[in-house]
Amino acid sequence: MKDILEKLDDRRAQARLGGGQARIDAQHARGKLTARERIELLMDHGSFEEFDMFVQHRSTDFGMENTKIPGDGVVTGWGTVNGRTVFVFAKDFTVFGGSLSETHAQKINKIQDMALKMRAPIIGLFDAGGARIQEGVAALGGYGEVFRRNVIASGVIPQISVILGPCAGGDVYSPAMTDFIFMVRDRSYMFVTGPDVVKTVTNETVTAEELGGAKVHTSKSSVADGAWDNDVEALLQVRRLIDFLPANNTDGAPHWPSFDRPDRVDLSLDTLVPENPNKPYDMKELILKTVDEADFFEIQESFARNILTGFGRIEGRTVGVIANQPMVLAGVLDSDASRKAARFVRFCDAFEIPIVTFVDVPGFLPGTAQEYGGLIKHGAKLLFAYGEASVPLITVITRKAFGGAYDVMASKHLGGDLNYAWPTAQIAVMGAKGAVEIIFRADMGDADAIAAKAKDYEERFLSPFVAAERGYIDEVIMPHSTRRRIARGLAMLATKKAERPWKKHDNIPL
Amino acid sequence: MFKKILIANRGEIACRVIKTAERMGILTVAVFSDADKDALHVEMADEAVHIGPAPANQSYLVIEKIIAACKATGAEAVHPGYGFLSERAAFAEALKAEGIVFIGPNVHAIEAMGDKIESKKFANAAQVSTVPGYLGVIESPEHAVRISDDIGYPVMIKASAGGGGKGMRIAYSSDEVAEGFARAKSEAASSFGDDRVFVEKFIVNPRHIEIQVLGDKHGNVIYLGERECSIQRRNQKVIEEAPSPLLDEATRRKMGEQAVALAKAVHYDSAGTVEFVAGQDKSFFFLEMNTRLQVEHPVTELITGVDLVEEMIRSAYGEPLRLSQADITLKGWAVESRVYAEDPTRNFLPSTGRLSTYRPPAEGLEKGVTVRNDTGVYEGGEISIFYDPMIAKLVTHAPTRAEAIAAQAHALDAFAIDGIRHNIPFLSALMAHPRWQSGALSTGFIAEEFPEGFHLIEPEGETLEILAAIGADIDHRLNERKRSISGQLRAAQPVRFERHRVVALGDQRVRLVIEDQAHGLTLRFADSGKTVQVQSEWCPGQPVWHGSMDGKIVAAQVRPLLNGVRVSHGGTSTAIRVFTQREAELEALMPERVEADTGKSLICPMPGLVKVLSVTLGQEIKAGEILCVVEAMKMENVLRAERDGTISKINAKEGDSLAVDAVIMEFA
Repeated sequence: MKDILEKLDDRRAQARLGGGQARIDAQHARGKLTARERIELLMDHGSFEEFDMFVQHRSTDFGMENTKIPGDGVVTGWGTVNGRTVFVFAKDFTVFGGSLSETHAQKINKIQDMALKMRAPIIGLFDAGGARIQEGVAALGGYGEVFRRNVIASGVIPQISVILGPCAGGDVYSPAMTDFIFMVRDRSYMFVTGPDVVKTVTNETVTAEELGGAKVHTSKSSVADGAWDNDVEALLQVRRLIDFLPANNTDGAPHWPSFDRPDRVDLSLDTLVPENPNKPYDMKELILKTVDEADFFEIQESFARNILTGFGRIEGRTVGVIANQPMVLAGVLDSDASRKAARFVRFCDAFEIPIVTFVDVPGFLPGTAQEYGGLIKHGAKLLFAYGEASVPLITVITRKAFGGAYDVMASKHLGGDLNYAWPTAQIAVMGAKGAVEIIFRADMGDADAIAAKAKDYEERFLSPFVAAERGYIDEVIMPHSTRRRIARGLAMLATKKAERPWKKHDNIPL
Repeated sequence: MFKKILIANRGEIACRVIKTAERMGILTVAVFSDADKDALHVEMADEAVHIGPAPANQSYLVIEKIIAACKATGAEAVHPGYGFLSERAAFAEALKAEGIVFIGPNVHAIEAMGDKIESKKFANAAQVSTVPGYLGVIESPEHAVRISDDIGYPVMIKASAGGGGKGMRIAYSSDEVAEGFARAKSEAASSFGDDRVFVEKFIVNPRHIEIQVLGDKHGNVIYLGERECSIQRRNQKVIEEAPSPLLDEATRRKMGEQAVALAKAVHYDSAGTVEFVAGQDKSFFFLEMNTRLQVEHPVTELITGVDLVEEMIRSAYGEPLRLSQADITLKGWAVESRVYAEDPTRNFLPSTGRLSTYRPPAEGLEKGVTVRNDTGVYEGGEISIFYDPMIAKLVTHAPTRAEAIAAQAHALDAFAIDGIRHNIPFLSALMAHPRWQSGALSTGFIAEEFPEGFHLIEPEGETLEILAAIGADIDHRLNERKRSISGQLRAAQPVRFERHRVVALGDQRVRLVIEDQAHGLTLRFADSGKTVQVQSEWCPGQPVWHGSMDGKIVAAQVRPLLNGVRVSHGGTSTAIRVFTQREAELEALMPERVEADTGKSLICPMPGLVKVLSVTLGQEIKAGEILCVVEAMKMENVLRAERDGTISKINAKEGDSLAVDAVIMEFA
């Protein structure tokens, strides 16, 4: 009997060695961890339960029948992050370069199915070289099965992809359909076709880093939602993110005891908005001073920095925060900012996370680059996303809310539940100078007359009170009471039920 | 007594004067420039008068505007604070002409002491000790030697026409004088076309010690002990203390009596300061007299219990001094740090902007220790470019010098400032400096001890363990909270955390074990075997960690970092991450990341218009310096240098429209 039990131990030990010590050492030499080490970091100590450790491929072509390694290039299973269930699959670069075979795909599918059934988040750790070419269409079929499950699970359970090595082809499309993609600087790449193919087809010479490194995807393409310096940093941050996220779309966001009083008053916010309307200020200060303990998990920090998106907590419960950033491009809405914020709004709405919006927006960015790039359609995405959101929506206008951008930023008209404005708010079609130059075009030659009219316009319209008189703003609030107002508002809105007519799904302007 | 006074100043000193006036039942009037509309002194005063644009020469320095403000508000007297108009005889005179009382000395005294030569004459006449020297023409080397023998060595031979170090020689013996005299003379001739030289006593390792005096309009003058202000950076006082660790009672009395004699000679009738340069042998020589309240007056107030501002107001009103010399006793020790908005790690480059966090340590008297913080700013306020970038004067008082220093170090550790750079790490490093603690001071202290400028202290020994313990405590608290997150697999058995921890402090690793958590946290350091009992009320989100280690009070600044915290304490500032043993093992495999070199050029971050170009070709720049201002969407964006360098190329001029990612300038 003892022999039999020991045999299990042996087989397990062998499986845990993956592609062997030499390959593990090579992985370490590249500054990367192995699949199992990564899972250890991601999960609570000792909580990981592995599935399909002994699965092997069934390929018989090109001599593959002679090289079988248990696990077949992916480690799958489940465990907990701070006690909450998560499912995980981690590509094992030491086994066939992490390439995807039919059986490898089946392992992932099993975990995907379980995560969906259990309504628990799934995390994919990618470090892989695409399809296992020896298997041909069987591998492609495997990818398709993974993709389809990504789609079905979308909006039901959070799906997170962490790119920890070079990924191409199918291994970038599955992440692309998940909720969040994170990368590791200098060591992870994502592209549909790699530099060699690029060279052959377009004659363009480009390095992997330039083509699909973390910098490109976090600041230019917006494919990735964030990047960190190494595996350890990345996996610990994913643990932090999981603490913010609901397990699924019905359980609601998690909560924990907050050390921060919900009625904490912050007098320094009364001087946040500078007197000079042309001086920027850091909207992040307002976010940090509003959420619990100044803890803010920013999403897409390096992309479209004119808008801020991320998770915080109020009274220990997760909220999504969206805010125009006056420090960058005056906080203007452009195509990139609209897309970034729209996707974030939809994530929050899908997972019942209330949304707090801070508004200081001078309008949409004018210009051919924007119009040719489809600003109308991209701007409409944000408009659409806010308009369809049925989670609690609290909006605070701190300074400018000009033109169509006023409507877009979770205005009352779009369905804002509580719309507040600071006394410094200016809710108008446009700034005074521009407005007066249009209304009083006849006086354009007379600088004094224009200046006087501009002053009149400023006094009449560049305040929160015209909007408040119409009820578009529920209340003009003191900046220092922002946190208290939001906390009370969220408490009251916790029971919000917004019914929408039945539809198969909407037709958001993609 | 006056019903209403005006304070012709701003910032902390205006606030400080207002506090005393308020206590005395006197109404106060503040004046403010455009830049100070929302300043604290305006808020604190009963009334406030706007006196013009931000530059001081158009507001705080305009005598007519101050007088107009007095008339408009009916203020009977003006306290000038320090700086600005405080030592301008013309101001005192103009007030007098309008029948407004100047809360300071009489015009004659200001004039007499305002002139360096004039004041020396008065000093000589009052038999105040001045630096021995020979001001006449020296004929020959022999003559020079004779004079030097009289003065005593070392002596300084200096060009009469000279400036800077040129033509200056220090001689330690008669031989050196003979030789140096000829050299100095020829150097003076070639440098200044004037070969006259003079000889003066050279004070080795001089110290700056000053006597506080207080006079009234009835001819009474007393002294309130001394202050030592030897810790200076480029002639700017950084740390002040009272009393001086150099003086004994006899020297103190001698200095005090001479200061009083000088004050009496000019009929001094307010608070004033007689500055001396002192040798390590307790010799002292008159330097100058400041006819105003000094920045560092609080240290004197704390050791004498006298409110100098109140006494100034009473004297100005004509009351005789309430105190005689016999009433003045020095109790305990006081230390003051000047907290400045400047970056000590970048050559003390001034820093301006919004104080997003400003939380000074708690003031008041507790267990024999007094903490006092004189400030003119508040959280959410602004440090503007127009005035002195002082944020606060932090003063501590305790029975002994060592205790006062310890209290100061602790108060600095507890002082939270964000939004701008500040010199607290430097001040903390000074407090921790053994030579400062031993009292072996000289005005060359900072130049000698920080020849390469200031660098953050690398934590080691006990400090390292303190920091590690703080890191572990914070980590423990966060972990405890994680255990109570909702939606856990089996709520009755919340997730457990390991007791063995590896604290990463920069490149250093400290291994420890959480032994017990019944009463605070008992930590055992794996390497030294030492245990420490940590107690703290710290909660996530708080910028200051207050607690104790084995009963010893500790404070530290904590700011969140990715997966950790930055902890600043005692002149150190360290990124701390707390790992499990396994995490630490895996973390050790991670390569050091080399940051891509982005500092070679300044890239336009957004499409916009170059509004201001602040630098020129070939200019040397310091990290943090403003390079240009780009206006985009009618918003001004200030672009700063990321590191030190030289401007090697400028591709834009003011008024240019730039596309995003355009290279504005390049650096060498």
